[in-house]
Amino acid sequence: MALKRVNAVVVGAGAGGGVVAKELACSGLTVALLERGKWYTSFDCRKDDLRNQRTTVLGCAFGPDDARNPRVVIDRNGLPQIVKPSDGSYSNNAACVGGGTFSYGAMAWRFMENDFRMRSVYGSVPGSTLDDWPISYSDLEPYYEKTEWEIGVSGDDSANIFKAPRKKALPMPPLPPSLEETTLERAAKRMGLHPFSIPMLRNTVPFNGRGPCMRCRWCVGFACEVDAKNGTHNTVIPKALASGNCDLRTDSVVKEILTDSRGRVTGVAYFDANNRMQEQPADLVIVSASATESARLLLNSKSALFPHGLGNQYDWVGRNLQGHAYSGAIGLMDFDIFDDLGPGASIAICDYNHGNPGIVGGAVLCNEFIRLPIHFSSLLPRDLPRWGAAHKDYVRKFYKRSVIVMGPVQEMPVFDARIQVDPTVKDFWGIPVARLSGQRHPQDADTGKFIAERAQDWLREAGAIQTWCRVPGLDLSGGQHQAGTCRMGNDPKSSVVDAHCKVHGIDNLFVVDASVHVTNGGFNPVLTIMANAFRVSDFIARNWKPT
Amino acid sequence: MSWYKNLSRRQFIQLGAAAVTAGGVSCHRLSPSPWRFLTVAEARTLAAVCDQFIPPDHDPGADWARVVNFIDIQLCGPYLPLQKSYRHGLLSLDRTARAQFGRLFASLAPEQQISLLRAMETNALAEDGWTEISPSAFFELLLSHTMQGYYGDPRHGGNRDHVSWKMVGLSYPPVRGRQPYAQKNS
Repeated sequence: MALKRVNAVVVGAGAGGGVVAKELACSGLTVALLERGKWYTSFDCRKDDLRNQRTTVLGCAFGPDDARNPRVVIDRNGLPQIVKPSDGSYSNNAACVGGGTFSYGAMAWRFMENDFRMRSVYGSVPGSTLDDWPISYSDLEPYYEKTEWEIGVSGDDSANIFKAPRKKALPMPPLPPSLEETTLERAAKRMGLHPFSIPMLRNTVPFNGRGPCMRCRWCVGFACEVDAKNGTHNTVIPKALASGNCDLRTDSVVKEILTDSRGRVTGVAYFDANNRMQEQPADLVIVSASATESARLLLNSKSALFPHGLGNQYDWVGRNLQGHAYSGAIGLMDFDIFDDLGPGASIAICDYNHGNPGIVGGAVLCNEFIRLPIHFSSLLPRDLPRWGAAHKDYVRKFYKRSVIVMGPVQEMPVFDARIQVDPTVKDFWGIPVARLSGQRHPQDADTGKFIAERAQDWLREAGAIQTWCRVPGLDLSGGQHQAGTCRMGNDPKSSVVDAHCKVHGIDNLFVVDASVHVTNGGFNPVLTIMANAFRVSDFIARNWKPT
Repeated sequence: MSWYKNLSRRQFIQLGAAAVTAGGVSCHRLSPSPWRFLTVAEARTLAAVCDQFIPPDHDPGADWARVVNFIDIQLCGPYLPLQKSYRHGLLSLDRTARAQFGRLFASLAPEQQISLLRAMETNALAEDGWTEISPSAFFELLLSHTMQGYYGDPRHGGNRDHVSWKMVGLSYPPVRGRQPYAQKNS
């Protein structure tokens, strides 16, 4: 027997889903917010350097669990490998209330205007599906502002002459600078660059009823012990629940989206916390499960009318999987630059996001989050042995003397970098798992090299006595910044959702997460995900009529 | 006779270790190894490997820091699937040591141990006898686990007394705010 009908089912309580659930619930719609993971809080903060959401050697702290959630990855030899969430190639983000926002580093970037029209600005790129978004920065601008004030962003980008125009300043100031920030800022200014304090979804003063950052060294990948890191779990989702219109169900794994013979979505089938199959009828379904899982769900929702899955009539669901090709450089100083003032990442330059001669796009460059000893033990110059007396000496001598500058290089989307569903492998609930295949575009390596050399220049000016570059290879992208698999577009033949993130050809199905990003900017994508979620929710709430 | 059930775990292990080193007392009520998974011989080989990865100098090395304990614990936990690789790999390493230098790995001279490890690392070791896992793959496991056990949080059984964190100059113990609740629902 089906459950009582709701107006909207939101699949996934992450960056996108949390915002949608709150906006719809506060507009008077009844919402069932289904989350496959659990609801962790700051009381689940363990500061365990071997078991968190970034170093997963002893497991992923915030889901999904290894035992029940395999994926298949096609390796370099074209052979399928079954992987688990704690394996690097799994391309995990998280599975919990708040999604990635529960444990992220919380950089809060507005994309730049050119990021929405990469093809118009740079022309087409051979071998890439590079294209413009069907919306522009100005469509998102009011929602970026709403996100900054409602979720809570600190920082100061007034010195960033490259930024897209903003109408309102950020609500919270940046943290007082660390020695590393001051050193890098002075160097950047001497070089004629334009350094500024990174906008962060982090309280630096009391805000929204919670206190400020405690400046510890366990940020990116960890829960925030003092609840100063802002995500959807401690802002919009509690608001959604407080409205009385939203029912959050954790440990709820959606199997498929249900449709009727007219091609309308009628609800979802999911496994509840007791692993019992439930049917949740709904007027609307919003899928916010991440680029990998949203594509997987659409592909697994087959029927007579949709033999290849929902939104997939032209084989664009799951295509163009992107992340960021993180590139940069490491520098060693001849003085202790570490002063144990977290989170570490604090200063940025946007001088190299666009307008780089001969380069399509680029990346913001930032100093990195604090490295714990286990991280530093493998951060080695090329000529150093990985073990033995010299290695131990190096770690002892240089732990407090390293500076890293890195940037999320904007990738050229590749049609064959994709998510499919596996024909044989199923998860614990019997649902066919995601199958990941493909590679990055070769140009990403060139852009990465360029960005890494700019990082190296900066470190040298800052006084580094030794520097070396780090550029990723061409292995399939994704991970925490996964995007692109249900792209937005005006043409149903080359996109999955329209400019309002409604799936082409289906009246009442939306995708609201980074799956819809046509391109992914040279920035961490979460603020854009949240802003877009506010924008689409606005559209749904204004246009939705009870049937 | 259940007198041993009143011992603390530490006393129990020490008794077991004493019984084994004495060689004579074989009480079937006591565990033959003080380890959860490793045999005494395996632990000895592993300790020698770890101490080459992170040798003692004016700061303690991997063995003192209880890296073997860390590995033993994880092999009964998240690294359970690697038990076979460890059992086979350590045996094969000792066999190779005896074939090349006439003694078990732990009894070799330091330069001999280092040369064997380098050969493992660069895949220059003859692979006959290594049927379960290749020398280079086993090397990577050993190295990454040694680093985790030495530089990782002491709660996992290694990094005794936060020795590596002291070594790099970090404040310890890192107990601030609500962090003392670390054991709850871990």
